[in-house]
Amino acid sequence: MSGGLRNQIGQLARRSVLRTLRQPAQIVPAIVFPMFLLAVNAGGLKDATNLPGFPTDSYLTFILAVPFVQGALFSVMNSGTDLARDIETGFLNRLALTPLRGAALLSGLLAGSLVLGLVQAVVYLTVGLIAGAELAAGAAGALVLVALSVTITVAFGTIGLFAALRFGSGEAVQGLFPVFFVFLFLSAMALPLDLLTTDWFHAIASVNPVTYLLEAIRSLLIEGWELDQLALGFAIAAAIGTIGMAAASSALKTRLVRT
Amino acid sequence: MSENRPADPRITDRVTVARAVAWRSIHNFLTNPAFLIPSLLFPLFFFVSFAGGLAAIGEVPGFDFPSGYTAFQFVFVLLQSAAFGGVFTGFAMARDFETGFGRRYMLAAGHRSGIVLGYSLAALFRAFVTWTVLTAVALVAGMEVAGSAGEIVALYLLAILVNVAATLWAAGVALRVRSIQGGPLMQFPTFLVLFLAPVYVPLDLLSGWIHTIASINPVTALLEAGRGFISGDPVVVGLAFAIGITLSLLFALWAKGGLRSAEAAG
Repeated sequence: MSGGLRNQIGQLARRSVLRTLRQPAQIVPAIVFPMFLLAVNAGGLKDATNLPGFPTDSYLTFILAVPFVQGALFSVMNSGTDLARDIETGFLNRLALTPLRGAALLSGLLAGSLVLGLVQAVVYLTVGLIAGAELAAGAAGALVLVALSVTITVAFGTIGLFAALRFGSGEAVQGLFPVFFVFLFLSAMALPLDLLTTDWFHAIASVNPVTYLLEAIRSLLIEGWELDQLALGFAIAAAIGTIGMAAASSALKTRLVRT
Repeated sequence: MSENRPADPRITDRVTVARAVAWRSIHNFLTNPAFLIPSLLFPLFFFVSFAGGLAAIGEVPGFDFPSGYTAFQFVFVLLQSAAFGGVFTGFAMARDFETGFGRRYMLAAGHRSGIVLGYSLAALFRAFVTWTVLTAVALVAGMEVAGSAGEIVALYLLAILVNVAATLWAAGVALRVRSIQGGPLMQFPTFLVLFLAPVYVPLDLLSGWIHTIASINPVTALLEAGRGFISGDPVVVGLAFAIGITLSLLFALWAKGGLRSAEAAG
């Protein structure tokens, strides 16, 4: 990477991080909402552990994987809304007049998602462990869990960038929120894949990538070191990020041509 | 002759205002996919996710609901969509006041309570549209309905009370805040009170802090009565309707206070 590109990314990353940290409206819901659902689900579905074949006797440990993915969904909104605001206010047009490279713009904007992902992962894990969840993979597993969570958050963040560049409106980006929740809801979110007894639901959850992101996180919490599941989780997150980045780059070119 | 007596102008005026406000709100709802689609999709997502994804919960030892887990979750999603139909209408009201349209309503309406009445009628319409789709999907998905026709009517009456109460709650917030930024204030308490009830399993199967909260949460009685209706085994009917009516009356006062606040703001 050339010094100029590194400098461009650094400047935009700094702006993105500061903008994220200065907006409690971005950080607070991304932390509070998943924690509330964690508490409700852990209390309300505790008896699910009595089902034959349930992998742990702690539903809290099982459901603790959900906030990590749910929190990542917020990064779609946050990264997308920030960029959409730049488009709406004309900031992107001004950047287009500079020698800034597209790769620097997109990478820099993702820095906010990265920091948000890090804060979220540390808070979720800390709260979960204090509440009594287990972490079978130990201290090293905590580091891998945080790394996986940040990777997932950044990957989803690229989709937010694409949406913002494609639609150019913060309202349109916000409108995507329910769409992404569908992926979470139609996954093995609340029960393991084997215990999804409704055939059509099992079929959808089996092909839903979110199921495997959840299973990768759960493997660290419940089983320890299941390298196959971990590798699959990282690979899916990387694939989402790569596709999202490619789509965002293409949309950026179109947007700059339009302007 | 009483039939020749002219109608009370205060009532006809209020009805005229309500009709106009309701018509505009319903028109916006039906013609704008950004409003219509989330209203229909959100309850369906919840229903599909809960009834499909959690079907195995019906096999947990001690879970005894004769109509099955689909019907068990249908009642929750029905009441939830009733509440959120009201909240979404509150969003529309807040948006109208933010853009200045609400102020024009206030200037034009002779009896301003007709404005709240109009939004309430629109919220009810939204809820009816959602319930029609939700019920059709639930029946296609094989939901067992053991309740009699009267019991099913009672279930929907309960949902209407929830819708009215939620609309008046959201209207009270919207009229005080007069900005869409008040959205979380309408939405979060509604979400909180709904999810701190026995959503996934009956109250008896809950334990710990969530059992304590659910035991005193008024939504629990509404859910239990609704689930009793659909399974043909009505329970806590009087309490549920008393709660529904009381909440509607309390939130009517709250909305009235909001109207005074909006009037005072000019």
